Amino acid sequence: MKQSSAPWSTTVEPTWCPGCGNFAILGSLRQALAEMKLAPWQVCVVAGIGQAGRTAHHLNCNYLHGLHGRALAHALGVKLANHQLSVIAIGGDGDMYAEGGNHLLHAIRRNPRIACFVHNNGVYGLTRGQPTPTGMPDLVRRDVPLPLPPFNPVLFALGVGGSFVARGFAGNQPHLTRLMVEALSHPGFGLLDILQPCVTYNRINTFAWYKERAYDLAADGHDPSDLDKALTRAMEWPAPDSQESRIPLGVFFRSHRPAYEDQLSPLQRGPLVDRKPARRQLDAALKEFT
Amino acid sequence: MTDVTVVIAGQAGQGVDTASELLARALVRSGYHVFSCPDVMSRIRGGHNFTAVRISDRPRLGSSGSTSLLLALDEASIALRRPDVMPGGIVVAPGKADTATTGETPVRVPTDKLAGDLGAPRAMANTVGLGALFGFIGHRLRPLLDLLDERFAAKGRDAVRLNQACARAGFKFVTPALARSCPCAVPALKKPARRLLLSGSHAIALGALYSGVQFFSGYPMSPATPIMEYLAGKQQRFGLLVEQAEDELAAINQVLGASYAGARAMTATSGGGFALMVEGLGLAGMAELPCVIVLAQRPGPATGFPTRTEQAELLFAISASGDDFPRFVFAPGSAEQAFGLTRRAFCLAEKYQVPAILLSDQFLSDSLWTVPDLSPAETLQTEDETARLWRNRPPLSYHRYSVTDDGVSPKLRPGVPNQTVRSIGSEHDEDGLQIESSSIRTRMHDKRMRKLSAMAQEVDLAASYPCDDAEHALVCFGSTLGPVREAVDLLRAERVNVNAVHLSELCPFPRESVVARLSACRHVITVENNSTGQLGRLLCRETRIAPEREVLKYDGRPFTGSELAEQLKKVMQ
Repeated sequence: MKQSSAPWSTTVEPTWCPGCGNFAILGSLRQALAEMKLAPWQVCVVAGIGQAGRTAHHLNCNYLHGLHGRALAHALGVKLANHQLSVIAIGGDGDMYAEGGNHLLHAIRRNPRIACFVHNNGVYGLTRGQPTPTGMPDLVRRDVPLPLPPFNPVLFALGVGGSFVARGFAGNQPHLTRLMVEALSHPGFGLLDILQPCVTYNRINTFAWYKERAYDLAADGHDPSDLDKALTRAMEWPAPDSQESRIPLGVFFRSHRPAYEDQLSPLQRGPLVDRKPARRQLDAALKEFT
Repeated sequence: MTDVTVVIAGQAGQGVDTASELLARALVRSGYHVFSCPDVMSRIRGGHNFTAVRISDRPRLGSSGSTSLLLALDEASIALRRPDVMPGGIVVAPGKADTATTGETPVRVPTDKLAGDLGAPRAMANTVGLGALFGFIGHRLRPLLDLLDERFAAKGRDAVRLNQACARAGFKFVTPALARSCPCAVPALKKPARRLLLSGSHAIALGALYSGVQFFSGYPMSPATPIMEYLAGKQQRFGLLVEQAEDELAAINQVLGASYAGARAMTATSGGGFALMVEGLGLAGMAELPCVIVLAQRPGPATGFPTRTEQAELLFAISASGDDFPRFVFAPGSAEQAFGLTRRAFCLAEKYQVPAILLSDQFLSDSLWTVPDLSPAETLQTEDETARLWRNRPPLSYHRYSVTDDGVSPKLRPGVPNQTVRSIGSEHDEDGLQIESSSIRTRMHDKRMRKLSAMAQEVDLAASYPCDDAEHALVCFGSTLGPVREAVDLLRAERVNVNAVHLSELCPFPRESVVARLSACRHVITVENNSTGQLGRLLCRETRIAPEREVLKYDGRPFTGSELAEQLKKVMQ
């Protein structure tokens, strides 16, 4: 039975452009949260800065809407301080793949139970259309084209040991909702790269452009427990001849690597925020200096 | 009066650190006040390192600069450190015993041979040397034997016995005739008081434990690293978590995430790392996230002078970040102050929901200080009162940034049933929603800045020593406290009418108390470990009192009291 996403809505008016892919992503996220059967006070969204980060404002739950690029650092701090919270990191491709690249690398290595949703549209919208690391070379509207291959986040995440790596598309909401539920249920770091057309600044990667090329990995018989096959699929797109290639959607890879917080012994006695110093231990600590 | 300095010198990796620490701790147990200051190169092996262990019957907060006994673990150290040896002082070095010792040649102790005779590995030659050192200074061996027992117990009884045998062999080698060549005697004192010997870093880390720190994240950087190292070893017992971050950006932002979630959180770094943290510091200001940041200064800019000391980040710490927001900046002058101010930093950061920066430096952080028992009367409470208050309110009625008279909004942590907490780094309304309104912007900025008036009431008075009024006032902050006080003592002994005014709490600036302290003096002289007189400039900005003279040192080394007294005499003429 479809759960109502109404409890997750807020009255804040979105500031996105009409037709923006963010509306679909927000809709899917509300639906996914409803299906997770969590209460808003149990969920903490940690958002980056940009149009994607503003998603937090339209979700009725706790949020820390901090700095560009730092969402994953904030998210880890929140998770380690109180691992009973369900933590979701949301940001754009500039947030997660440029400014916050190092945090992404190490978040994947640590593998905390954090779902990371990246709105990937290839451009910096709020600063008027500069290319992000995932932007395709043809996108660059400058005097001198940037001779840069687009960053492949799926391949990257697989390469550094991601335990859940998936790609969704804002143009296929039911599919995206399913992927979000899977990422939220994954007992580790769940990276979900979300293809999201920018109707204002990206005239190449439109809804139609993606729809022509996208296909569903599951329907194509992909086995997400096979890392070799996942790597092969990940290399399909973006690739040197990206204009021609098909774009796989769905779960590339899933493994059950232990979650970071489960391996940290200080957390096994409950959340850090509830911990109080014991006087006896303190006095023993002083004694070491006599 | 006992005031003896023993210097142990050698290459990095030769055991200078261990030997000097054992000496210092043994003497503290025997009732002495010890101040031990390491001078270390930025390398892992080789080079030339030394530690000056000052042994006194009264509290000392700095080095003396004059060596009574030099224990040189390698030949190079003999020549390199001899200039510091006072007339009549002796140099002890490993080597073939030589009876024809004069004042000019080192006293040779065959440490390798004595260790070898006992079947001990070469590494224990230092223990032989240390035992000999106790013989020279006429101190009983028992405290050292006890320490060796404690230190090597984990390696088994044989390791303990062998080390103790080495110490005894060195001790016995020093015949009474040989001991007479040593100009100083430091016998064990009767009824020694229980005191602690610890580094400034340890004092800060202990202050954090006593404050109930729950989360620490940091990236290794000298001289801040020992704080993280110490706390990391206490995770199991204290149930705190120490995260080694991928960089300083991650460190501060993890701390802020944890702070938002309701944890007492802290980080520690040096100037270069703090530069990376400045972005996060601004978020702490805007989102009103309490946190404690230790800025252990070293000379800069950039990589600078990694294992050396300086106080050149005062103005940086006070003004780092875009735009204005309230913060605390504290600069302890000793390990005892470091412990107390760390506790104050946690307490006040939480009370006002602001960042608190603790300014240390390599000299304060790495030196070993003798302090009275630190154990405070009570530990800070960590109960989340606000959570209790809001637990039974109507769903979603909480506003994180409610506008209040004093600017402090009740802070709730996320995870309280039926409440949501929205924190944000963009300008926002009372509910933490991003705004465009000019009037809300002004209102919220004013709300944050209103905290300053109450915060200014919290800061401690500038402390004067030994009296409130004098003709010359030496104004200083942070770790120059000890050398400045010692210079005051030396100058007053020569009938110079001088006192010290030390600031340990610099932001908000204790304006009234500083003006009160300085209004009666005729000459204000600042003493600082930096090249531009940052405290002098701050003083002038805050009080309109411009220092008449300044004594500045920025060679990477701390002041000594005697050196400073000499310089001051010239300045005062």
